[in-house]
Amino acid sequence: MTDMPDEAAIHLDHVSKVFGKPGTDAVYRAVDELDLDIRSGQMLALLGKTGCGKSTIFNMIAGLTEPTSGKVRVSGRDPFADFDFFRGRMAIVFQNDRLLPWRTAMQNVELGLEMLDVPAADRRTTALLWLTRLGLGGHENDYPHALSGGMRQRVSIARAFATNANILLCDEPFSALDESTAGRLRAEFVRLVKENGKTAVFITHSISEALEIGDRIVVLKRPAKIAYDVSFDAGTGQAERELIRSRIGDVLAV
Amino acid sequence: MSAAAPQAEPSHLTNLLFTGAKRLAVSVLPFVVVILLWQFASLFFPRFLFPSLIDVFWRCLQIFSDGSMFSDVLATIFRIMAGLAGAFIVGGGLALLMVRSRAIDNFLSPILTLFQGIPALSWVVFAIIWFHGVEFRIFFIMVMTTLPAFTFQVLGALRAMSRDLMEMVFSFRPTRAKLFRVMIAPAILPDILTAWKVNLGNASRVVVVAELVGATGGVGYQLLQQQQLFDMAGALAWTLQLVFFVLIVQGALTLIENIAFRYRAVSERAI
Repeated sequence: MTDMPDEAAIHLDHVSKVFGKPGTDAVYRAVDELDLDIRSGQMLALLGKTGCGKSTIFNMIAGLTEPTSGKVRVSGRDPFADFDFFRGRMAIVFQNDRLLPWRTAMQNVELGLEMLDVPAADRRTTALLWLTRLGLGGHENDYPHALSGGMRQRVSIARAFATNANILLCDEPFSALDESTAGRLRAEFVRLVKENGKTAVFITHSISEALEIGDRIVVLKRPAKIAYDVSFDAGTGQAERELIRSRIGDVLAV
Repeated sequence: MSAAAPQAEPSHLTNLLFTGAKRLAVSVLPFVVVILLWQFASLFFPRFLFPSLIDVFWRCLQIFSDGSMFSDVLATIFRIMAGLAGAFIVGGGLALLMVRSRAIDNFLSPILTLFQGIPALSWVVFAIIWFHGVEFRIFFIMVMTTLPAFTFQVLGALRAMSRDLMEMVFSFRPTRAKLFRVMIAPAILPDILTAWKVNLGNASRVVVVAELVGATGGVGYQLLQQQQLFDMAGALAWTLQLVFFVLIVQGALTLIENIAFRYRAVSERAI
């Protein structure tokens, strides 16, 4: 779970993904010869317009899709071929909460721990801890239908953190929430990622969210190619951030 | 205001009782009407056409209390359950293969559709020609008549599973057994229970046909005896045994649904 090599980096080398039958007109190139390195402990915001291939990259890093050509390596391994190796080492927060409706909030958070064969009592303790941390104490026995959208998304964040995975992949997890709830959860999310020293890839199409979340922003252009790559930190001033925002806006407008 | 509050409770209780009684009356009313019509007819027609339901009631009690008669009921119940279980296991297995492979699906779907078009009575004839043992014949008939429905229903349930939820569970890298336990089984359970409810009714009709032609015991065989004796009270009493069984199992399945699907949100407005 926490025994990742120090270079727990994500490495994409000349990665392309083509959908449809090669040699026919129905071919769609979602990702084109992409090179990208994400170092351990980095919070990368992957920004781009709808359909620019963000989710395809995400799925390839998650090992849910195989690249058509090129290499994807996470901690030096192929996440698609070595799928089981990443059990407990990688967790995903999806765009919508994707809670199992037949499980209570607690049982949903326990899901990843069940895959790791964690004893039931420990599972419950960990799940309760994360639910409480995310302000859901007292709701552990509620079914998803009884929770609000924000609460459900918090359960899904708790589910991702509960496995103590070193790599977190987040696919626009707050896009379906109102701005006030999203803002609170975003701040909570950044705090938890920093506190726990995770490597996170955060997909978004909001410039403000990218600036708030990431310490590095990669802007993609269709078909997924890097159009702009910028790193910054807590010390980066407001004026500089506004410059970055403006530059990203220009890149996306082209 | 203070005097009105204590009065509210009895009135609420009265409303609840009234609503409950109304619901009970509405659900019982159709049966009461049929019973009254039959009993009324029994006053004017000969016994072999419309026997008194009081006679039928005593015949039912006789079947329940007589060990050898009740063993015929149990034999039929066993045949229904064995046939359904066999069809469910084989059908579930076929559905899993079909959902995993398009080639298998393309191969099996037409065969199962063909089977669906074969009448139950034809399977009875085939079984009598092909096999010797009575029990195996009936098991074969039950499986062949309910297999296509079970397969298509399980297949439909597997295909209707949420891709998003499946992907989410996959992201935790489950083993096959865990994927089945945490995702597939709970997702398809509602459709499986519905399939059992539907096939139970079909199976109870088919088993009677199978026993009528090819068995030396069971409710179907007993019905044949009643037909030869022109004993309508006996025929009704034996038929009711099967009806009771179907009602009990349907009730049990509904109870399982109520417990297993308590997670479902209930809208205050009905469809």
